[in-house]
Amino acid sequence: MMTRPGRLAVCIAAIIAVFLLMPLIAVIPVSFTPKRFLSLPEGEWSLRHYRALLENPAWAKGLGLSILIGVLSSVFATTLALLFSLGIWIARPRYTGLLMGIALLPMVAPPVVSALTLYFFLITLSQYNSFVAFDTWAGVALAHSVMIAPYAVVLITVALAQVDRRIDLAARGMGAGLMQRIRHIILPNIRFGVLSALLLTFVLSWEEIGVTLFITSVDAVTLPRLMWMGLRDNIDPAIAAISVILIVIVVTAILLKAIGQRKGGNA
Amino acid sequence: MRAIPRSSLLLVPLIGFMVLAYLVPFLGIMQWSVTLPEPGLGQYETALTDPLVLSVFLRTLRICLVVTVLSVAAAYMVTLIWVRGTPAQRLAIELCILIPFWISVLTRAFGWLALLSTKGILNTWMQAVGILSEPLMMVRNEFGVIVGMAHFLIPFAAFPLASAMRTVDERVLLAARGMGASRTRTFFQVFVPMTASGIIGAGLVVFVFALGFFVTPAILGGGRIVMAAELIYLRIFQSPNWGLGAAISVVMMVFVGGLLALLMRQARPSGPK
Repeated sequence: MMTRPGRLAVCIAAIIAVFLLMPLIAVIPVSFTPKRFLSLPEGEWSLRHYRALLENPAWAKGLGLSILIGVLSSVFATTLALLFSLGIWIARPRYTGLLMGIALLPMVAPPVVSALTLYFFLITLSQYNSFVAFDTWAGVALAHSVMIAPYAVVLITVALAQVDRRIDLAARGMGAGLMQRIRHIILPNIRFGVLSALLLTFVLSWEEIGVTLFITSVDAVTLPRLMWMGLRDNIDPAIAAISVILIVIVVTAILLKAIGQRKGGNA
Repeated sequence: MRAIPRSSLLLVPLIGFMVLAYLVPFLGIMQWSVTLPEPGLGQYETALTDPLVLSVFLRTLRICLVVTVLSVAAAYMVTLIWVRGTPAQRLAIELCILIPFWISVLTRAFGWLALLSTKGILNTWMQAVGILSEPLMMVRNEFGVIVGMAHFLIPFAAFPLASAMRTVDERVLLAARGMGASRTRTFFQVFVPMTASGIIGAGLVVFVFALGFFVTPAILGGGRIVMAAELIYLRIFQSPNWGLGAAISVVMMVFVGGLLALLMRQARPSGPK
């Protein structure tokens, strides 16, 4: 490329890049403070807040609950989204725009409106049963499914857009039924799209907080909900410790992926 | 009339789920807004005339506008390097965009608290170095909310901007430079106009996102900077007035719907790329 950005542009971008990383780096020293409140360690560094994560059973419970809800809702939402996207791709219905609009609604509506809507949904269900209800894990998983399904629809639809319709047409011409076409022709071609939909929806459910705040109170306390409680009342440095752990996981995953891509690209 | 193909049945589960779990409950919210505490449009009148609610709306719009301008401008500068920098610069910027993007909004808000609060890192440093004699208030006010929201939204602005910048034809820039335009002039009079659709798209996406924002303002505003989303939460859970909370939600949904319609019209003329 001949017209690279000038030095000034690079400097400005570097400053903004530092701004983007700053809050993530800031939590690291705070997590090692020996004090019970938000502060910087002076001299001695302590692991007490990491120990607190292990010793307080609430954190392990929140972690387990978040994983359970994440797995259930991502599998459920991705399945529904897969069926829907296949239906749109194969049947090409007349009202595709409208159907897509309904499927994507929770993604484009203001999150707080979705939260209130799902709160209404779950307290209504609570009148009929106590399993899928307000402040239960099943209720949270169902609500998360509503919020994350649109993202799976987007990813799978994008993957389907790249499938060559002629191979499906050929299979159909040779007498393959609908299920055969889906299983042997279409699914193998979009498996990366489906996998990335599963991964993205899991992460979205894992860190969902806006809706979760509306639909839980004391029983179904997911990890983000627990962090929220620690942030709101009296800022607890244990939040810094859990944040550092989450940051390390994300950074490792992204670096591994970047390295993998580089190797793949050079080979 | 065309027969409905069997494959249409595949559409049923998701559409049915969305109708039952989202559309019908939203109708319920609309019902709340006109029946609680008494039938009528009283809650809408309150939502659109009550000075307290109006001041929250105005503050929300003001903060969202500032945040949109800041985060689109910042995202533009990083995306420029992301798309057109040297390979090493591109990788560095990509990591700086993707890492915050994947990290939970709570962690990011907490990071800003750790940096900006009165006993936080910046205040401690600045006092130690002697720039400040007493701590500067940087959270629990609009400044903190704007910083936190802009930080959250920059990656979301970067993606549409990147796709707009990738379509810019290199040769046009070379032509401008070849005819003697300076770097700065090429940037402002050729490159920026060529990516205008991306700027407007990113701006609308960020603005719509910012309007419904709840977590960052609640944490960094510390209860003092109440925005529309937090007001709904407060009216449902803390000083209950469900009808008003519902009415504000419906107003918000209509407003965002209008903006999205604008976005669609904006996206259409350029057509599929």
